[in-house]
Amino acid sequence: MDEDAGGIVLFVGTIRNQTKGKEVKGLEYEVYRPMAELQIARLEEEIRKRWPVKSIRLIHREGRLKVGEVSVVVAVSAMHREEAFEAARYAIDRIKESFPIWKREKFKGGRYAWVKGTPIQSYPASDRAISDSQTNSRETVRPRTRSLVEA
Amino acid sequence: MIRVKMIYFAQAREAAGTKSEEFSLDEKSSVETALSKAFETHPKLRPFEKSIKVALNEEITQNDAKLQEGDRVALLPPVVGG
Repeated sequence: MDEDAGGIVLFVGTIRNQTKGKEVKGLEYEVYRPMAELQIARLEEEIRKRWPVKSIRLIHREGRLKVGEVSVVVAVSAMHREEAFEAARYAIDRIKESFPIWKREKFKGGRYAWVKGTPIQSYPASDRAISDSQTNSRETVRPRTRSLVEA
Repeated sequence: MIRVKMIYFAQAREAAGTKSEEFSLDEKSSVETALSKAFETHPKLRPFEKSIKVALNEEITQNDAKLQEGDRVALLPPVVGG
């Protein structure tokens, strides 16, 4: 807990029981884990540069989840609520659109169908990665990752 | 020759019938070379040719990027998280 934080915004994504009027029994997530962990570390780094956040934690689940279970968590604390809301909103939007994650819905009777996605966007490299890439064009310096994807 | 690891996800994994495999390619091969071999080996991947993005060692890459021994080439269909 940061004592100089004035608020925490917590977004919790859950598995909904229907899609376009059709009953859904659950979701199955597939994650390119090493790449997702790298992207999430970069996203945290980017958010820290753009907003004066105190703490940030992003978690995405992997594998089979039932209706009502939690699939994604974004937690941001900041001195003021505006930046905490903005940063959390930005984080969840990026996670949905530009991370190597796929999901398929499980329908009644055990049939699965992939959820339509969008082409993954090249994630902007951090300033550090860009300056390091000038000295070594092949390997960019990567932020330290921790286990951000949880089964 | 160089060896690279091909990795397939979601619809591409299903179409290829495998999660990953190793390709032996000529020196100076590019991502394009690896992709062509993947489409040749697994014709069911072809419908995804236009929508797939490629990651080289976990970074989104262009098809003309040169490959080296031990590289990881991942085929990424359109994504959706959350």
